[in-house]
Amino acid sequence: MNTFVDVASEEMPSGIPLSERGPAPRRVVAGFGFWLFLLSDIIIFSALFAAYAVLSGETNGGPSGIELFDKRHVLFETACLLASSFTCGMMMLAMERRSAPMTYFWSLLTAALGVRFLWLEITEFADMVHRGAGPARSAFLSSFFTLVGTHGAHVTIGIAWLMIMMLQVATIGFRPMVIRRLLCFSLFWHALDIVWIGVFTVVYLGARP
Amino acid sequence: MFGKLTWAAIPLNEPIPLATVCVLVVGIVAVLALVTWKGWWPYLWREWITSTDHKRIGVMYVILALVMLLRGFADAIMMRSQLALAAGHAAGYLPPEHYDQIFSAHGTIMIFFVGMTFVIGLMNFVLPLQLGVRDVAFPVLNSVSFWLTAAGVLLVNVSLGVGEFAKTGWLAYPPLSEIAYSPGVGVDYYLWSLQISGLGTLLSGINLTTTILKLRAPGMSYGRMPVFCWTALASNLLIIAAFPILTATFAMLLLDRYLGFHFFTNDGGGNPMMYVNLIWGWGHPEVYILILPAFGVFSEVIATFSGKPLFGYRSMVLATMAICVLSFMVWLHHFFTMGAGANVNAFFGIATMIIAVPTGVKIFNWLFTMYGGSIRFTAAVHWAIGFMVTFVIGGMTGVLMAIPPADFVLHNSLFLIAHFHNVIIGGVIFGAMAGYSYWFPKAFGFRLHEGLGKAVFWCWFVGFYLAFMPLYVLGLMGATRRMQHYADPTWQPLMVVALGGAAVIFIGILLTVAQLVVSIRTRDRRRDVTGDPWSGRTLEWSVSSPPPAWNFAVLPTVGGADAFWSAKHRAGAAVAEERLIALSVPKNTPLGFFVAFFMVIVGFSLIWHIWWSAILGLLGAIAVCLRHAWRTDLEDSVSVATIAEHERAHRLRAAQA
Amino acid sequence: MNADVPVAETDRAPGSHRSSRDRLRSYILGLGLAVVLTAASFAASSSSFVWGPSIPVLLAVLAIAQMGVHLVFFLHISTAPDSTNNILSLAFGIFVVALVIFGSMIIMANLNHNMMPMDQLMDIHTQR
Repeated sequence: MNTFVDVASEEMPSGIPLSERGPAPRRVVAGFGFWLFLLSDIIIFSALFAAYAVLSGETNGGPSGIELFDKRHVLFETACLLASSFTCGMMMLAMERRSAPMTYFWSLLTAALGVRFLWLEITEFADMVHRGAGPARSAFLSSFFTLVGTHGAHVTIGIAWLMIMMLQVATIGFRPMVIRRLLCFSLFWHALDIVWIGVFTVVYLGARP
Repeated sequence: MFGKLTWAAIPLNEPIPLATVCVLVVGIVAVLALVTWKGWWPYLWREWITSTDHKRIGVMYVILALVMLLRGFADAIMMRSQLALAAGHAAGYLPPEHYDQIFSAHGTIMIFFVGMTFVIGLMNFVLPLQLGVRDVAFPVLNSVSFWLTAAGVLLVNVSLGVGEFAKTGWLAYPPLSEIAYSPGVGVDYYLWSLQISGLGTLLSGINLTTTILKLRAPGMSYGRMPVFCWTALASNLLIIAAFPILTATFAMLLLDRYLGFHFFTNDGGGNPMMYVNLIWGWGHPEVYILILPAFGVFSEVIATFSGKPLFGYRSMVLATMAICVLSFMVWLHHFFTMGAGANVNAFFGIATMIIAVPTGVKIFNWLFTMYGGSIRFTAAVHWAIGFMVTFVIGGMTGVLMAIPPADFVLHNSLFLIAHFHNVIIGGVIFGAMAGYSYWFPKAFGFRLHEGLGKAVFWCWFVGFYLAFMPLYVLGLMGATRRMQHYADPTWQPLMVVALGGAAVIFIGILLTVAQLVVSIRTRDRRRDVTGDPWSGRTLEWSVSSPPPAWNFAVLPTVGGADAFWSAKHRAGAAVAEERLIALSVPKNTPLGFFVAFFMVIVGFSLIWHIWWSAILGLLGAIAVCLRHAWRTDLEDSVSVATIAEHERAHRLRAAQA
Repeated sequence: MNADVPVAETDRAPGSHRSSRDRLRSYILGLGLAVVLTAASFAASSSSFVWGPSIPVLLAVLAIAQMGVHLVFFLHISTAPDSTNNILSLAFGIFVVALVIFGSMIIMANLNHNMMPMDQLMDIHTQR
């Protein structure tokens, strides 16, 4: 029995506007709540973007972006993340069909692409630190590492979440609760790619001497 | 092994904090001992601590707010008494390092742990009932939000006895709050406590917004929602949009302090002004988050006790949403003097004056609601009228300071202090107290003592004016904020009057406690047996007091605004028993309590740089969440027989009244 | 209470009422568009095809377009009534993001313009 949907509201004729049909079904409620959470997350990123925009010129005599960034590296990262958004979509289609094997397949592919993205990013960071361009070097580098690193942290959490969801599918199956959580995961994963569009455009392609 | 933590963290050589801590510890131990001796733990654990019921969680938020009001007010009394003494050559009794922590703690506690918790508590309790549904969108998350807030409260209070608090003021501006100038743990207590409770607040914002937009009774379109629901919607949208800015900004400051980053440092290219800019990008919406629910309370109270529908529903809604949007466009008025230049200052000055207009619309609507109505002067109405007078004065001084040249004289003076206390006390506190009086019978089944309620109001009202009108004058005479002593002895008489005002407010607070005790003792005389003690207009008055766990036996079908009023005045049919179906209510869960427990460990460990226990705490929190993720039995069912019995008993009691 | 009841007809999230083939087409089209827009961004920033000063504008337009592609094709935002709340909240979110980023940039530029240069400031500081 759904806590929020009484029999009466499900019997309402379809001529009634959506706002008057009573409490929405659980899946809609969960999806909308998570959508709001994503908006709040994007506002966190906007504050970090604002800090980056203001501080990107403050190199404290150290290296600037144009000297440090490798566009081919970033293109590869972008390709991985974009591909993983697509495979995530495929995973959701498999989930709608309730096909566990295909769900696992596409989710492993998504996770693998995510891990490749992270590996590329970690090697980039390590290289920068090695060259003396670590986050404590200047305000520009602090804001760079924080903005890009926060995105990377979100990707890491996403991959961990995905693995936990696969465990859930394996142990308790495609029950409504698990479906709702996978829906939320896919919203999260796509939103991360949207944030990445901002990151590669503003930070990497936007780097000016 | 224990990071920076040593025995020296306990303030053995500072008599005032030491005495306070001793009293607090004795008090807490006494309460815990009493609860144990009386065998109340199973009840408390089952019915309150692990509850996912919005009504219980709302009550817990309000209790937290009232307790923290005592703590924050103690700080206020100390500041007022210090200033009444420390004129000319006198030094007062509070050394500057201590005084700085007191004003920082006062602001932090009052805004975050009194203001926010009170309004969130009221919204939590009331919204599902007014919307005609059984609970908020995410009941388990609701419990987590409450306990995360409590975790933040605990950390701030622990700073009293272990270590120190921030000495930076309630917003911790860099460079003072950077590690170079605040190497102690005070700023870290502030930051971690607010990051943890801030997460709880954000989750609450998401929860309540989803509830209002996706969970309403059948037939309740947006235009039929009570105005309190509209103001709650605006407030929660602001929480979702503004709190992330706070989280990000505090995270940047934490990175500066812990990892040597250069966001806001003096060196390395950092820009402290960026912190001020971002923090007020949160800070201005924050004050609207506080005041909008209070506006909603007044809309409900004034309409109910005037016996008339609220005047100008549409303009009220438009004004509310206008305030919601405009509140994001004025934030620079908090730092006119930081040097942005005339054009930018002018834009924000004008925007600040514009935002006063929708509030004016609301005031007129309330007045027109009362005009021609048959007004019952209950305690709640006293608060409402007191609010209208006091808030308008405070608003006007705000518009005065919105003019940049005026602000250059008055910025960070006692005039500013008087202004924001004027609007926060006159608006948020008065609104919270009105809501407390108004909805108390719904929560507990009996009304509060009216006479004492009015006495509480008069103490707050008179006390407020005595305490803060002198500060306006002092501000114009040149007195600044956050000063521990002053050279000009002609200021002292005004400071003494202000202390007198604080004393009167203190009597009001004591009377609030007395009112509660007396009301509980004599509750049989003021029982609410009908569920509708005030002849109300909205759906919360259609259920018993207190409501059953499931709120409504059958979700009401709503045909218009003021749904309950129209239902009452048609043929009021009792709910036919054939329409009853078995229901589910969310089960209790200890998740919130345990997550908060581990986050306190994480916070305390990070503050004291004890890395191993921080990691363990985080793993504990994750483990508890994972355990919850695998729970499949999340609901209890309530049988038709139980529901029918409750309905029958309620009707019987009401009929006998 | 049945936890295994399949998703009811009425129990839908925005955009989920379309058929499986429609959804597949949506993902493939979205991927294709996103690849084109990404390639265009990278090409525009490194080549000399585009007039220099207009590159930032072009990059912004391409980025916003790609974000739109993600929203429509991957997140299934539409103009259907069940999406209205999502769109309104998204609009509010975008409003706040724009204010935070551009507001901060304008304000900080104004503040920095009126500030003494940092090296002079530190000179005075060290002279104390």
